[in-house]
Amino acid sequence: MPDQAMPAGENAALQVRNLNFFYGDFKGLNNVNLDVAQGKVTAFIGPSGCGKSTLLRTFNRMYDLYPGQRAEGQILFHGKNLLDKGQDVNLVRAKIGMVFQKPTPFPMTIYENIAFGVRLYERMSRSAMDDRVEWALNKAALWGEVKDKLQQSGLSLSGGQQQRLCIARAVAVKPEIVLLDEPTSALDPISTAKIEELIAELKSEYTIAIVTHNMQQAARISDYTAFMYLGELVEFNETATIFMRPEKKQTEDYITGRFG
Amino acid sequence: MNLYTRRLWVNRIGISLSMVAMSLGLVALLWILWTLFSKGFASLSLDLFTQDTPAPGSEGGGLRNAIVGSGLILLFSMLISTPIGILAGIYLAEFGRVSKFASFTRFMTDIMLSAPSIVIGLFVYALFVATTGGFSGWAGSLALALIAIPVVVRTTENMLKLVPTSLREAAFAVGAPRWQVSLRVTLRAVKSGVVTGVLLAMARITGETAPLLFTALNNQFYSTNMAEPMGNLPVVIFQFALSPYDNWVNLAWAGALLIAFLVLAVNIGVRVVFRNKDKR
Repeated sequence: MPDQAMPAGENAALQVRNLNFFYGDFKGLNNVNLDVAQGKVTAFIGPSGCGKSTLLRTFNRMYDLYPGQRAEGQILFHGKNLLDKGQDVNLVRAKIGMVFQKPTPFPMTIYENIAFGVRLYERMSRSAMDDRVEWALNKAALWGEVKDKLQQSGLSLSGGQQQRLCIARAVAVKPEIVLLDEPTSALDPISTAKIEELIAELKSEYTIAIVTHNMQQAARISDYTAFMYLGELVEFNETATIFMRPEKKQTEDYITGRFG
Repeated sequence: MNLYTRRLWVNRIGISLSMVAMSLGLVALLWILWTLFSKGFASLSLDLFTQDTPAPGSEGGGLRNAIVGSGLILLFSMLISTPIGILAGIYLAEFGRVSKFASFTRFMTDIMLSAPSIVIGLFVYALFVATTGGFSGWAGSLALALIAIPVVVRTTENMLKLVPTSLREAAFAVGAPRWQVSLRVTLRAVKSGVVTGVLLAMARITGETAPLLFTALNNQFYSTNMAEPMGNLPVVIFQFALSPYDNWVNLAWAGALLIAFLVLAVNIGVRVVFRNKDKR
């Protein structure tokens, strides 16, 4: 495999080196190497079970919650290996936020949904918190819709609004990287379009890694695309190159819909 | 007979048998309730709440000391068992899913759930009453708490296990430590279920007699001193129902009815709370 670590001369927010992942005895990722570019959108595509979500979940050590799952290799974040035992996973997760496939508002008010994460790591006055909540909801293009009902339950919002609330929640703690795990697969086309717009805006300030089933989505919103298959990184390059002139036959077959 | 008619008949027979089984159970239940209501209602009066249990041979009387005593004993046993039970349930569901200690705890909880209450009463008697030198309301609360704890543990754990993994992961994903995830997110998500468990545990211990016999004993005078023997409805019912005095027997019926009302009210209350929750 040629060195695919870095498609262009970008700064890397994450450097993945020789990453292997195991679900018990099953090997879910096989020797993955790539860089997630700073301030860009990197998309991970591939058929179900190819390891793209697994890879994303190593970036914030989400797999740690499950005994029997383990990762080997290196994921460098500010020069330190995220996978080291000594890493404080809570701090890692505060720096590397995540939004999931299904909207997961916490069972509390809209305001508290945002404030919950912020309070974990910052002590601030009530008015500063108000500002932060407004700021985060604005970032997620949700402020206009909820500004009059901040004290209502987050569960009272529509699916698309709930997902934007989750994005606001992730952004509110001011992470450096935002991981999106198929964030629009449970949403209608209009909500999807809103979230895609949002991603385009967020990338000016955050590094974004997104897993998606939807190739058009990857083509629309990402700067770099990684194609994965059977736990391996098959091809990783600028999105335009992956979709127009893929180097590998497998990539081309997948993109043109011949399998997957 | 073709296959279809055969199935039809098997179905009819099956339904008939289960109807019979159901009516047997229902008849027994309604019979008990009918006896309780017909005999208890006659003895219901305001005196129940204003007068204390009568001395042998004296007229009238009420259940004030027993009602207040039961209330206090119940209150303190719930104050003991609710936090312990909920925290243990959180431990089992959130922290110790696969640990050896957790499965041991789970096993012990199951045994406690099915332990005869008289054994619990004797246990508290031997450990607490015999060593502190006397029957007391505290001992009663302790015994009832021991019965309520496993109920609360189990419902809390089961409720927390119903929380979708995605919600738990989402809470971890903002960098929350496990205890915050548990207390502030997942527990909150199942709040109504946990409250239900606590109330059902309370209903369960409201009528327990055997453990109180060995612990709180009884007190024919009005007392709010938890360090002294304390009157309580189940033991009063037990004593009065077996007595030769008519007014005592009637008071026992009235007390039984009060307990039945309380348990019924708790159960209905729980359902109403749940229904409103679902509507929202």
